[in-house]
Amino acid sequence: MNFVRKHITVLAGAFVYVLLYAVASLRYEGFFSLPVFINFLSNNAVLGIVAVGMTFVILSGGIDLSVGAVMSFSSVIIGVLVMDLHWNVYAAIAAALVCGTALGAVMGAIIHATGIKPFIVTLAGMFFVRGLAFLIHLESISISEPGHTAIALASVGALPVTAVLFLGFVLVGWYVAVLTPFGREVYALGGGEEAALLMGLPVRRTKIAVYAVSGFCASFAGAALTFYLSSGSHLEGVGMELDAIATVVIGGTLLAGGVGSVFGTFIGVLMLGLILTSITTYEGMMSSGLTRVAIGGLLLAFVLLQKVLTRRAGVGRAT
Amino acid sequence: MRARNFWPWVALAALLVFNLLFTPGFARLELRDGRLFGTLVDIFQNGAPVMLLSVGMTLVIALGGIDLSVGSVMALSGAVAALLMTEQAQSVPVAVLAALALALVVGAFNGALVAYGGIQPIIVTLVMLVMGRGLAQALTHDQKIRFEVPAFEFIGNGTVLGLPFPIFLVAALALLVGLMLTKTAAGLYLEAMGSNPRAARLCGLRVHVIRLVAHMTCSLCAGLAGLIAAADIKEADVANAGLYLELDAILAVVLGGTSLTGGRANLVGSLIGATFIQTLTTMLQMRGVITEHTLIIKAAVALSVCFMQTPAFERLARRFRSAEAA
Repeated sequence: MNFVRKHITVLAGAFVYVLLYAVASLRYEGFFSLPVFINFLSNNAVLGIVAVGMTFVILSGGIDLSVGAVMSFSSVIIGVLVMDLHWNVYAAIAAALVCGTALGAVMGAIIHATGIKPFIVTLAGMFFVRGLAFLIHLESISISEPGHTAIALASVGALPVTAVLFLGFVLVGWYVAVLTPFGREVYALGGGEEAALLMGLPVRRTKIAVYAVSGFCASFAGAALTFYLSSGSHLEGVGMELDAIATVVIGGTLLAGGVGSVFGTFIGVLMLGLILTSITTYEGMMSSGLTRVAIGGLLLAFVLLQKVLTRRAGVGRAT
Repeated sequence: MRARNFWPWVALAALLVFNLLFTPGFARLELRDGRLFGTLVDIFQNGAPVMLLSVGMTLVIALGGIDLSVGSVMALSGAVAALLMTEQAQSVPVAVLAALALALVVGAFNGALVAYGGIQPIIVTLVMLVMGRGLAQALTHDQKIRFEVPAFEFIGNGTVLGLPFPIFLVAALALLVGLMLTKTAAGLYLEAMGSNPRAARLCGLRVHVIRLVAHMTCSLCAGLAGLIAAADIKEADVANAGLYLELDAILAVVLGGTSLTGGRANLVGSLIGATFIQTLTTMLQMRGVITEHTLIIKAAVALSVCFMQTPAFERLARRFRSAEAA
């Protein structure tokens, strides 16, 4: 019973996902098949990688609105380094990861040192990083370089490389959250900062690390995006922060912090992918505007569901 | 005792003096066809949307909330007005009223979810940020909608008494909200709720209704700003209308001395803040800085100003002072 109570929000998400998948499988011919599922994984890999990082931020009780900007910034950097400066692909990706992680760490440090609300710092961060990306290169750059293309076309068995990266992030993220001291510190921080401080946990280090992790994931997603699109793009990633927050919340992580899991986020990504694919591909409603409206509505529904569930089960803090 | 808006005035004055001295053509004013032209007039005309947004945002922030959806509401109201006038061939008053009514509905939605649903304002309004623009995109099928309706264009670039009409709209709205804040109990309620919602509720304030009204007012201001923006360029541009303006509005309010933690509403400060931002934007444009690059500067200014309000800054300043005294 304790297990159910502790994981009620994640279990609810998983239950709804299975239900939706069953309904979709009955409704659409050929929906229930391995290739379709693999498509879900690879089509949503970029979002998924961002969402893993966002999970840590939200678990710690914060929020990161800069992820979309960091992602497109990283993809633009990779584009410039590979195409204009002829760097090795791996070196370019490494450079982008260092930049993304550093940007995240700086935001975390500002949040901790000044006590300004995370959403203000990361909102300013979003504008700052977007401006920075435009400063580096005014337009999106298409990437056509043999080394880069080779990675983009690589696959492990039937799984495309982006899907493998996504699964890797979920596994590592789950391991870090559940089995390392850092993971426990993140949960403790989200449960209550003052309590964590009184317990002698390294609150400052954890807080900075959480945003650094999010920056790392977002910039890695930028790399994955270049494989997916074969370009470094300014246009992608607008509104990405909402998608990431949505998947984390749908996956059962409480916005108040302290409750949730990376596994839940994995389900959240799959669920969002399932619903969007059903709407756009299978129902033939190809309007990007309506898709965004659907994501927003879905997020609201789940936030309200969380409110009801947590009130009933008595988990999480009263806000 | 220091005047309430001492620092905002100083910041604005410093920026203006800098520009008068170092930006060529900044001070030029001329009368053409009975209308005043010049950079200073442009600042007020182009800054009208941000000024309107900052009026509404002041109320929401004074409650300790935030509204990230104002830019999208601008896009939505402009799109709806344009659609009604072109495709539906409706009259200007109908288009304007319908757009503003829709803005009010969005605001009511925000307010209800925050007040009665108990969801954080950032999440609710972030959702509306995405949904609002999404809805506008769906309505216009991602197309820009051009229109030629002189009566409507007047909202954006008409002339009254030699000055652009938007200036009067801002003045009227600011006066209305200002009177509400100072001459009625609304200001007191707002600040009481912002500093301690629990205490305010226990005192018998109808906190939910106050929050609802604040969000609706904020959204209405955004809707009006959207109409001005659309009328100014004779076009509803869903992709770009109001884009990135939420940061400008928040920045204006914070610059004006309204604390982000709530409990203080300073309308005049917000208007000075908005003027400051528009002056900054105009200055950067006149100096050839591309719009995208100004984001960096605005983000830096926003963070610095937020920082100056924090206890951490107080500590730093105190240490600095004591080091100086020693």
